[in-house]
Amino acid sequence: MEDLSLHILDIVENSVSAGAKNVEIVVSENRPRDLLRIEISDDGKGMNPAAVAHATDPFYTTRTTRKVGLGLALLEEAAKMANGSMDIHSVPGIGTKVIAIFQHSNIDRKPLGDMAATIVMLVAGSPDVEFTYRYEHDGYTFTFQTKEIRAQLRGLEMNSPDTLSFIREYITEHTVSLS
Amino acid sequence: MAKLKIEDLDRIAEEARSKMTIREGAGKARITVHMGTCGIAAGARAIMSAFLDEIKAHNIKDVIITTSGCAGLCSREPMATVEFGNQAPVKYVDLTDEKARKIFKEHVLGGKFVMEYALSVGSERIR
Ligand SMILES: Nc1ncnc2c1ncn2[C@@H]1O[C@H](COP(=O)(O)OP(=O)(O)O)[C@@H](O)[C@H]1O
Ligand SMILES: [Mg+2]
Repeated sequence: MEDLSLHILDIVENSVSAGAKNVEIVVSENRPRDLLRIEISDDGKGMNPAAVAHATDPFYTTRTTRKVGLGLALLEEAAKMANGSMDIHSVPGIGTKVIAIFQHSNIDRKPLGDMAATIVMLVAGSPDVEFTYRYEHDGYTFTFQTKEIRAQLRGLEMNSPDTLSFIREYITEHTVSLS
Repeated sequence: MAKLKIEDLDRIAEEARSKMTIREGAGKARITVHMGTCGIAAGARAIMSAFLDEIKAHNIKDVIITTSGCAGLCSREPMATVEFGNQAPVKYVDLTDEKARKIFKEHVLGGKFVMEYALSVGSERIR
């Protein structure tokens, strides 16, 4: 994966596959503390402790289309490369939280990349899921919620190209000058 | 320039009403971009963005763009499937931004398959 926003897309896809109705993505960049933190929480079906223990093993997957699962292993590798780590907390029937931290200034830390495009792709694929994206940057906070868009649709579909283009521009405009 | 506000959706919904249909009698088009870890790593998101750009630039309605999970053909990613109404779906493989834009113009707008990028026509339905 080229950048962190692509890892996030992949990890949130796990949440969607696990039947989540609500997914929250928090990215915080804290340069004074030299940290970049990604937290993804969902209310999907969760994993038991044994499944959590196996989840970062590339040869473990519950999917049937391919023999290896990679997404979590790749994110963990990206975090470790940047002097960070990844943690998974999960409770069956309640949900899952994946936290990855990175040393912000580390030369091997991947750039955040295009979070607007990531959110758009998630909404296009799962228009009924409520996504929240919070971006914290040295004290500034921007929050995007599909719930707010949904309340303002006026006959547009959540996943219509018009809505998706709006979401892309909206998130880009509100975050681009910050990083 | 003032930043977009959620309320700007009102104007976008209004403008959407005056958009053009693709072609007389063509019906709705559905573009499915395949994801999965391999698809994402290979560039599926850029393919979605290219299609979205084209839809916006041509000011048309009646196209829906969606995603699907891993199609099990990781070496041919990025992939996308184009479907029209009751016609057989066409699966395109090894996509790039330029190929996606060409598929949009020739197949979605023009109604003609782009044979050189197609893996198969109608071999399976993607849902
Ligand atoms: N948010 C989640 N909720 C429930 N199960 C999960 C979640 N994320 C990952 N898993 C489990 O961990 C496995 C490995 O995930 P991942 O590394 O992304 O590979 P893949 O999605 O290709 O299987 C998944 O198959 C799934 O069983
Ligand atoms: Mg996965």
